Amino acid sequence: MPNTKTVVPYSGTPEQEAQLKAVIAEYKDVPGGTMPVMQQAQEIFGYLPEEVQIMIAEGMGIPLEEVYGISTFYSLYNLNPKGQYKITVCLGTACYVKGYQAILDKIVARLGCPVGSISKDGKYSVDATRCVGACGLAPVMMVNDDVYGRMTPDQVDDVLAKYK
Amino acid sequence: MDTVKLTINGIEVEAPAGSTIIQAANLAGIKIPSLCYLKDLNEIGACRICMVEVKGAKGLVASCVYPVNEGMEVWTNTQKVRDARKMTLELLLSNHRMECLTCRRSGTCELQDLAHDFGIDKVRFQTEKMEPQIEDSALHLVRDNSKCVLCRRCVAACAAQGVGVIGCNERGFQTEIGSPFGRGLVETACISCGQCIVNCPTGALTERDDTGKVWEALADETKHVVIATAPSVRAGLGECFGMPIGTNVEGKMVAAMRRMGFDGVFDVDTAADFTIIEEGTELLERIKNGGVLPLITSCSPGWIRYAEQYYPDFLPNISSCKSPQGMFGGLMKTYYAEKMGIDPKDMVVVSVMPCTAKKYEIKRPDMQGAPGYQDIDISITTRELGEMIKRSGLNFTALPDEAFDPIFGIASGAADIFGASGGVMEAALRTVSAILAGEENAPLEFHEVRGLESVKEATYELPGKTVRVAVVSGTKNAGALLDAVRAGEKEYDFIEVMCCPGGCINGGGQPYVPAEIKNFVDYRSLRAKALYDEDAGKELRKSHHNPIVQEVYAEYLGEWGGEKAHHILHTTYQAQPKYRL
Repeated sequence: MPNTKTVVPYSGTPEQEAQLKAVIAEYKDVPGGTMPVMQQAQEIFGYLPEEVQIMIAEGMGIPLEEVYGISTFYSLYNLNPKGQYKITVCLGTACYVKGYQAILDKIVARLGCPVGSISKDGKYSVDATRCVGACGLAPVMMVNDDVYGRMTPDQVDDVLAKYK
Repeated sequence: MDTVKLTINGIEVEAPAGSTIIQAANLAGIKIPSLCYLKDLNEIGACRICMVEVKGAKGLVASCVYPVNEGMEVWTNTQKVRDARKMTLELLLSNHRMECLTCRRSGTCELQDLAHDFGIDKVRFQTEKMEPQIEDSALHLVRDNSKCVLCRRCVAACAAQGVGVIGCNERGFQTEIGSPFGRGLVETACISCGQCIVNCPTGALTERDDTGKVWEALADETKHVVIATAPSVRAGLGECFGMPIGTNVEGKMVAAMRRMGFDGVFDVDTAADFTIIEEGTELLERIKNGGVLPLITSCSPGWIRYAEQYYPDFLPNISSCKSPQGMFGGLMKTYYAEKMGIDPKDMVVVSVMPCTAKKYEIKRPDMQGAPGYQDIDISITTRELGEMIKRSGLNFTALPDEAFDPIFGIASGAADIFGASGGVMEAALRTVSAILAGEENAPLEFHEVRGLESVKEATYELPGKTVRVAVVSGTKNAGALLDAVRAGEKEYDFIEVMCCPGGCINGGGQPYVPAEIKNFVDYRSLRAKALYDEDAGKELRKSHHNPIVQEVYAEYLGEWGGEKAHHILHTTYQAQPKYRL
């Protein structure tokens, strides 16, 4: 599941929380204001952990479940922070056909964190992403802004070794 | 009222403007099948079972949300409509765990009925085989999403209670009913009211089955097993056996329980009379000594749990009285045990409740009239009692009418009406006004607090005191009322709160009423009438006149609201976190 609960402890600062309060105050009485608040909360904190979702629910006067339901419906929202090394595997049509799954499985097995989550040390996050526009190189994986094309499962270890 | 004229299946219908096609069809005696639709609660047009043809409309329309117009022409039973409904049902069944024979809802399942009505004799589409997906962290409920049709009726019921701890998570095929961050219900601020269960059309939500424990106790010859029923059970149980809604089956219910082999068949109504004595005394004391007002009733454990988690600042207002269930259990393991010469460890006390929150209440701390012994050992719902009677091979409708065992089976009419919203208030007013104004001057009926409105208010002039009361049912409504009290907009001396909308007669443990009846029949008033009729037909109508109450206080408890009474009949509350991080 892409939205499993994060393993990284919450580390929001009072400044971030004050920023969120200001956003909530702006949208509290706006119909449909919950989603923009969630979007801006994600910009402030980088993701939407339970602690932040509770602040939104209490601030907007709605049940936590409503916030959580929205956060798991739209792929825009992340329940997990991104790692220092943000690993993405393309699941666009070409990469799909060329066997992206084996690449992804290997990465998940190596790092021990499921798709959509982050490793316990906060170093790596793993996501499957929509087409990155490098279909000629399928299957493609990326680490931050570095692109690795024509991947085979055997090459995964070599790529990961560059990011320690 | 503005009305519009339309035709449905060629029949001319005049319906109130703004009503929907399904409502107009009902006026014309035409039934449109539906699944997700619950009037006033879940009107979202999601399940697509209630589709009908409307002349001039592009495709089929969902009749539960489509408003009527002047001159509209509706067809509810064309081949196109039947085909569409059947296809929708087949798709709903494609990822449903169809194990009807072993499902608890077999026979009361709305999906099963629809599949039968539409002649679905095989499932053409099959996705992967469904495995059970059990969530049973809470004491009162079991959820199995492999039987869920995502109609969202439970979600709407939970939100309408002001709780909202369940909802739809994820999307597409992964969509499922659950709580935030995959938490079990026990880790949320669920109040155990069970409104999700009574509104579930399938076997996805059921109460935890505690009947096995009762059978085990009955089979154990070393145990003295007693059972007692709450007021609302007699007004609902008949529905489990096909009897009309609102049939009072007290006599047959007692006969059934006696034949099942209980050593004592008692009435929780008797304990309700004790509740009035203790709560009335508490109210008079608080008025006299300038205590915390308004006093708020404490009979409804769903409400108590709501207050502890959502309105902890009002805990000092809540009466310290246990619910009638708690008082019954407390008196069984003390007074009754002593009188009968039975060690409380050899007793099993079973309660039958219209309520799922009672399963949680019996495990609360400070529910031990006899220290070391839980007041009530097992709490089952009206539905579970129905299941047990069927399993006993009893022909319920043919049973004779019998009376409760007299040692704890006499109750006033005031106690009978506890099951309806306003009943506890009226019962308390009967006794309190008799004390303040004298028996002759005290009225017997307080019609202002009766009925199904979510909030009822009244003011009564009693000697030395004007008593301002409010009666509210549904926890969301209770929350709104308390907000007004907190803001100083409303002032009361005494408030009755019942967790479930309409009171215990509509509790989460009552028999299932299918949506096709619920949407068009005022079943709550019918059940409440059974209780008010019982009260009206009695000589004994005030709690303090109950001879058992008088005897137990004289022989055992001592003073009303005294030390011993406090020890056995009262409890404490504790603020609880709304979120458990």
